[in-house]
Amino acid sequence: MIELLVDNRDLFLTGFRNTILLFLLAGIGALVVGTLLAAMRVSPVPVLRLLGGGYVNIFRNTPLTLVFFFFAFAYPRLDLLDVSFFTRAVLALIVYTAAFVCEVVRSGINTVDVGQAEASRALGLTFTQTLTTIVVPQAIRSVVPPLTSVLNALLKNTTVAAGFAVAEAGQITPTLSERGASVLIGMVWIAIGFLILVIPLTATQRTLEKRWSVAR
Amino acid sequence: MKLQAMAVGLLVSGLVLVACGRETSPGAGNTTVTAPNVAHNVTVVGSPTFARMTQRGTVIIGVKNDQPGLGYLNPRTNKYEGFDIEMARLIAAKLGFDPNTKIQYQAIPSAAREQSIINGQIDYYVGTYTINDARKKLIAFAGPYFIAGQSLLVKADDQSITGPETLKGKRVCSATGSTPIRRVREQNLTDKIVEFQNYSQCVDQLLAGQVDAVTTDDAILKGYAAQDPQHLKVVGKPFSQEPYGVGLPHGDDALRAKMNDILDAAAQDGTWQTIYHATLGVSGSDATPPAVDRY
Repeated sequence: MIELLVDNRDLFLTGFRNTILLFLLAGIGALVVGTLLAAMRVSPVPVLRLLGGGYVNIFRNTPLTLVFFFFAFAYPRLDLLDVSFFTRAVLALIVYTAAFVCEVVRSGINTVDVGQAEASRALGLTFTQTLTTIVVPQAIRSVVPPLTSVLNALLKNTTVAAGFAVAEAGQITPTLSERGASVLIGMVWIAIGFLILVIPLTATQRTLEKRWSVAR
Repeated sequence: MKLQAMAVGLLVSGLVLVACGRETSPGAGNTTVTAPNVAHNVTVVGSPTFARMTQRGTVIIGVKNDQPGLGYLNPRTNKYEGFDIEMARLIAAKLGFDPNTKIQYQAIPSAAREQSIINGQIDYYVGTYTINDARKKLIAFAGPYFIAGQSLLVKADDQSITGPETLKGKRVCSATGSTPIRRVREQNLTDKIVEFQNYSQCVDQLLAGQVDAVTTDDAILKGYAAQDPQHLKVVGKPFSQEPYGVGLPHGDDALRAKMNDILDAAAQDGTWQTIYHATLGVSGSDATPPAVDRY
């Protein structure tokens, strides 16, 4: 069983390296875009609320594969900026995951007592100041566990990119099959690989939860 | 214009996605290219696969559904057609199963072929399945029933690619984990390799200008070129030999011998030629049946 891993280490190394790269880039992107979307959805401007809500409704209800199909097959026909398949995979993952991040952050914002916002407004803080210095720091605490779940799902979703010309972990099995190696044992190793990748995520969740747990 | 392109793109993505979800379509594939006589009272002593088929009353055949001329699910008729399909039907008929009513087709992508045979998900596989030693360790092959060779598909107006040695620096597309992609990598023909799940997606990328060439067996490429001769052409001589076989469970020597007999007979009595001219031969090229390899 270990032989398979050693014989095909090139495959596993490049595969998981690309998976981690996809995850990190898409994760950061989705957190940024998702938080902005959440800010839009709770903002006092109706147009922004409408846009944020529309975005979430569209992309949370679209299969990820379809988003990938769009970026892989329809995007080049739009004659826009020509970007690599890898970049397009990152974009697809950001666009999709941001909708989920947005809802998680928004639910966190809703856990902050409305009195907090009212008090900060009474002190003369603007909407942006209220959000960034009063509400979001408190909201983040309650969203650590669900946000970890979203990032976890993102990590696994990266394997969809294998079908769209990005050589990540999802591409290991077809190549193993071509090399005549056992696909089943290969899958066991891939599962182990993903478990190893999830451990730091869960550990971060635990640390953050502990550090930020305060009585309210 | 851009909006239109986007709408078309979305529509296409949707259709492709729907197509992906479709896996079995029992009863489809009543093409009438050939109407092989159904054999009666067939017995294959000592074949667990044949016993399973007989008990079920139908035969489940793994095929390709996106290779025009070979294994293709025609979206207009919703029926399977092509050279591989006809071979699969012929074998079924000679094993005693009416090809019009007793066949269930399952579209299986290249990378999942061995595993689906090992798992017993299909009885046998007919779909541009290259016989090689690595695969012989996992499954058994009857045949070969056709010899193809790796070639290149490019845009009709492309003058820069004329053969494998002209690929340096070009973006080349093929199916994930397929033999042609491994050959490109091993012979270091180019370092810009793009992999998609199936060849039709590669052809789409070629038409969209995202890759410069699609490489796989000439038989497959000719099928695409014949569909869209205004935009696509096959260039260069084949640079490999790909003997296509019928994949069946490892160790089932009885069924393998029986299938080899069927293929032998088809080559002798002219059935092979009839099938070839009705499917792949439409493009105008000639071919002769290869001798089966009873390893």
